[in-house]
Amino acid sequence: MARIELNEIAHSYIANPKHESDYALKRIHDEWEDGGAYALLGPSGCGKTTLLNVISGLLTPSKGRVLYDGKDVTDLPPEKRNIAQVFQFPVLYDTMSVYNNLAFPLRNRGIQEDEVKKRVLEVAEILDLAPFINRRAAGLGADAKQKISLGRGLVRSDVAAILFDEPLTVIDPHLKWHLRRKLKEVHDQLKLTLIYVTHDQVEALTFADQVMVMYEGEIVQVGTPQELFENPKHKFVGYFIGSPGMNFLSCTLDGNKARVDGAGIELDDDTAALGVKAEGELELGIRPMYLEVYPKAVDGGIPASVKTVEDQGSFKIVTVHLAGHTLRARLPEGQAVPGNEAWLRFPTRWTKLFADGHLVK
Amino acid sequence: MGLTLQNVDKLVGREIYLKDISLAFERGSRNVILGRTLAGKTSLLRIMAGIDRPTHGKILIDGHDVTGVSVRKRSVAMVYQQFINYPSLNVYKNIASPLKVSGVHKNEIDRRVRETAEMLHIEDLLDRLPAELSGGQQQRIAIARALVKDAQLLLLDEPLVNLDYKLREELRIELQEIFEQREAVVVYTTTEPTEALMLGGNVVLLDEGRILQTGLTHEVYHNPATTKVAEVFSDPPINYLACAIRGQKACLGEVTEFPLTSHLKSLPAAQYLFGVRSNHLSLQRNSAEDTEIHSKVELAEINGSETFIHVQYDNSRLVVQADGVHPHRIGTEISIYVNPSSFFVFDETGVLVSSPARYNLEKRSG
Repeated sequence: MARIELNEIAHSYIANPKHESDYALKRIHDEWEDGGAYALLGPSGCGKTTLLNVISGLLTPSKGRVLYDGKDVTDLPPEKRNIAQVFQFPVLYDTMSVYNNLAFPLRNRGIQEDEVKKRVLEVAEILDLAPFINRRAAGLGADAKQKISLGRGLVRSDVAAILFDEPLTVIDPHLKWHLRRKLKEVHDQLKLTLIYVTHDQVEALTFADQVMVMYEGEIVQVGTPQELFENPKHKFVGYFIGSPGMNFLSCTLDGNKARVDGAGIELDDDTAALGVKAEGELELGIRPMYLEVYPKAVDGGIPASVKTVEDQGSFKIVTVHLAGHTLRARLPEGQAVPGNEAWLRFPTRWTKLFADGHLVK
Repeated sequence: MGLTLQNVDKLVGREIYLKDISLAFERGSRNVILGRTLAGKTSLLRIMAGIDRPTHGKILIDGHDVTGVSVRKRSVAMVYQQFINYPSLNVYKNIASPLKVSGVHKNEIDRRVRETAEMLHIEDLLDRLPAELSGGQQQRIAIARALVKDAQLLLLDEPLVNLDYKLREELRIELQEIFEQREAVVVYTTTEPTEALMLGGNVVLLDEGRILQTGLTHEVYHNPATTKVAEVFSDPPINYLACAIRGQKACLGEVTEFPLTSHLKSLPAAQYLFGVRSNHLSLQRNSAEDTEIHSKVELAEINGSETFIHVQYDNSRLVVQADGVHPHRIGTEISIYVNPSSFFVFDETGVLVSSPARYNLEKRSG
């Protein structure tokens, strides 16, 4: 296992890049601890797969160095880096048994059969593959096949890191639960350095200790799932994480209040003070979960009109109009739902201020 | 128009793709087919479209038998999982293609292409080629091409599955608004319970080529006829606890007992399976009726705003969906709480005996 350093990495697929927009990766400078579980989260086209390829060695970056435990591996191909990869679609030999599939990477490296057997059985046990160890891979379900792919990565004791590229995309929702849980258990037991690339926030947040949110070739925030949810440093993080994403309203400052076309929304003192100093266009942000919606007038409530109420089983999404803006609120099952009119309250603790897309600081 | 399927079977070799499917879809209705991978969703859509012929059974449109009628002679549009566009045609021509084929006047084509493009927010991309666009934009073109014809039957086969999470969220909202303005029969397939609930309308639960249950989407969600339906229609997975009713008491395993209240009162003494969705399991007591269950933590997954805590009790694995961040260590003993009024009751064969929603409905009406 290894600590991974990304030193001033930039990459362009164009031969002579001139503008910032020519770069798929703009500037990545980060250090990942040995044994950590990391996720790279972002929409398609954000550069996350490019970055993964730089780490694995499939791609040599235009600029910067990649270090494993302090050793420069920038110019080494993947096979010299001791990494394992799990892809979107299971990569295995359909005609081979589960046992032989798992043994393959070890035999390839000339490891003794008794050692191969010990490792294969150990990994099969962890992944619940032991009951069909002698079956051919061809007859197994999608989740079992993906577990074999994962097992082929785990079976080598010398891997520096295991890289996952959207490994659950083709898996049914109910099996995702099982596999996610398995991955988490594997990480707790084996303390491997795991790097997981996905566009799915639930997968990223539940899997990783640290999530790196990528947007247009940059890492815009690194944090624990809780930090990213409660304290997005960038508008994009607010929008991308959480379902639905954060609500944003253009506003101006008036003392301790944010003015949104006439409506005054109270801010806490620190936020208001930072807002006064900030430059650029101001926007107020609040998560749908924290926006309070009442069916009757309440103290400090701001009147709004209700557009739609969607029942999503365990919660309801209420869409409201406030001074020409659309906002969404997430109400727990069982809470009273407003009719045509609603009163909104913005708890100061969860009401954030952004200047030109960045949280005021 | 109305679409009816009568006793449709589809056999391929000796394999059963669909078995005894009878369904009726009304004009202007929105319908979701919910089922896992390989449930038969795509096979069913292809038969509705007229791309495939059923092995047995009939397809009727407004009462007329159209079973053998070619897809070309039907008023149908379909959107597939994989974005399919003409690679050498620009976006404008891609959207215009079905209208050109049916000989619509040039001015009318222009009006409808621009109107549809605007609806899907791709009006600025009309000169571009599909290969120059992102996956989300390409799927918008495919959807625009299906909408521009104004067909009487609009079929969408997991149209959002290959898109980013966030794009899915946006398109889902937009599609609902678009469907509302249409008089077509809309049929939409998905594997995801949340997507089915969002789309609302009617639902058909499909599993291994057979219909498990049909009805209004929200009614089926709150009254799953069998444990299988409850499983296909729950994400996080539904939790099950074996329960024995003895006299006026319910016993979950050896150590947890509670008195029978609400919809459980009239249950005869027997062995049952109690089902409860994850959001109805809680880490704190919320009411006096709540029953405490001592369990052991197996895993805590933190999802920013909420935590999924996997626990074990009496050889059952349960998932608690709790708001906020709860970093419980593996192996810790914790108490979880459930209000007995939120249990679904299934008999030993997995058939629904009693549900909270049904009970509340009866109470209100009677």
